[in-house]
Amino acid sequence: MMEKTAESSRLKTITLKVNHKEYTVDVEPRMLLSDVLRDVLRLTGTHVGCEHGVCGACTIMMDERPVRSCLVFGVQADQAEIVTVEGLESENGELHPLQKGFWEKHGLQCGFCTPGMLMTACHLLEHNPDPSREEIREAISGNLCRCTGYQGIVDAVEYAAKEMRERAE
Amino acid sequence: MKPAAFDYYKPETLDEALSLLDEFGYDAKVLAGGQSLIPMMNMRLARPPVLIDINGVQGMTGIEVGESEIVIGGLTRHYMVEHSPEIQNSCPMLAEGIKLIGHSQIRSRGTIGGSIVHADPTAELPVMLTALGGKVTVVSSGDERELTPEELFLTYMTTTIEPNEIVKSVHFPVIAERTGHAIEEFTLRSGDFAIIIAAASVTLDEEGLIESAALCIGGVDGIPVKLEDVTDELIGEAPSEELFAEKCAQIVDLVDPEKDIHASAEYRKDLCVALSRRVLKKAADRAKQA
Ligand SMILES: Cc1cc2nc3c(=O)[nH]c(=O)nc-3n(C[C@H](O)[C@H](O)[C@H](O)COP(=O)(O)OP(=O)(O)OC[C@H]3O[C@@H](n4cnc5c(N)ncnc54)[C@H](O)[C@@H]3O)c2cc1C
Ligand code: FES
Ligand code: FES
Repeated sequence: MMEKTAESSRLKTITLKVNHKEYTVDVEPRMLLSDVLRDVLRLTGTHVGCEHGVCGACTIMMDERPVRSCLVFGVQADQAEIVTVEGLESENGELHPLQKGFWEKHGLQCGFCTPGMLMTACHLLEHNPDPSREEIREAISGNLCRCTGYQGIVDAVEYAAKEMRERAE
Repeated sequence: MKPAAFDYYKPETLDEALSLLDEFGYDAKVLAGGQSLIPMMNMRLARPPVLIDINGVQGMTGIEVGESEIVIGGLTRHYMVEHSPEIQNSCPMLAEGIKLIGHSQIRSRGTIGGSIVHADPTAELPVMLTALGGKVTVVSSGDERELTPEELFLTYMTTTIEPNEIVKSVHFPVIAERTGHAIEEFTLRSGDFAIIIAAASVTLDEEGLIESAALCIGGVDGIPVKLEDVTDELIGEAPSEELFAEKCAQIVDLVDPEKDIHASAEYRKDLCVALSRRVLKKAADRAKQA
């Protein structure tokens, strides 16, 4: 019982804005943002692979930057603006051009790396609407994929870039 | 949830952070970008009982470029330096080297101060700080001191910064006239920690002869190694590929790297020679155009 009191006295109340929705939750400081998203908010689209920053599966957008959610404590994301893979499709349920690209160009097999790939690619296209294949490869170098050989992923990002440029015109 | 439990404090001023460090002593760890500390906590290699998150501390973020010195707040994140047009003009090596740190997702959070205090001998910032002769300003309650890289780095992951101290800012010299910088590294995969890093700065005189030069290698010892024996011999010479090849050949006798699963000691020595020749040549070429 003593243990429990000590533990719960450590809980912190935080407010997160995830995919434009506000959540107020109590978390232990040691809880990683990836676990807050998955286990507390039940947003399981964000995947967790290595939990030490190497695989990129847990990549999310935090205050408009791509971030490893396994290398941020949930308490640190208090008041932060977060976008996860669940936030990519539009309100009427239409897939994001990147999601469509991954579908059309066989950008995934098992899909484990896909959420992180999508978030990283999303940041790339926001800053570079017409990336070269080399630039796409450089951007996704922090995301490991065991299945695809990356060819389809690079094709998918190219596809999405073209689609987004055409929409913008 | 892998990290061991800890008490979490988020001070808003430097003074508050410093008094928390005084209060908790060795129990406390500063949390900056978390890109080295959190992986260690996730693997339970580190289990600090108290974390002092300095991300809310005002006045520790920013880049100021003066006449002769660039002052970067300790909490400034890598991506901010990477995308600063002022840094590209005033310290080209820094702009080039920061891009080699991990991946964009790591540079989003990792900080200049954190990289310096973490003191990994294959990390880019300690090598650049040593090559360029930068300085670090460290504060504790009621005290402030400045450290050169030689005074700062002790050995692998160890510096002379005390547990009650915080890196307030990191200083780099503004690039001098007729000077070129270059940094290159060898990694197994883009974005990985380097096996060997070489960084050089070359200044030419008005006749185009080498007036001064600096060369620093990361990955051969517990701290970045400055090769003054090599650069001393370059003074007064005309820069050329042959000159750099001749002088860099002696590096195999000057460095004493270890072997591991990734590379033998001999291979690392070869890399030191090859990368040194390359960065000196590149820096000299850039100095000619400067
Ligand atoms: C997948 C991956 C790849 C990486 N690749 C590279 C790479 O190629 N090159 C490279 O250099 N780094 C690399 N890193 C490490 C990363 O770049 C970090 O930026 C850096 O080493 C630590 O900075 P931080 O701000 O995240 O520090 P933290 O992790 O927050 O802290 C690191 C240490 O410094 C202390 N500390 C932090 N800030 C201060 C301060 N202001 N004053 C006093 N003490 C302080 C902390 O207490 C802790 O001991 C990589 C990390 C990952 C996860
Ligand atoms: S789970 Fe975060 S990088 Fe692998
Ligand atoms: S699709 Fe299986 S890991 Fe990338």
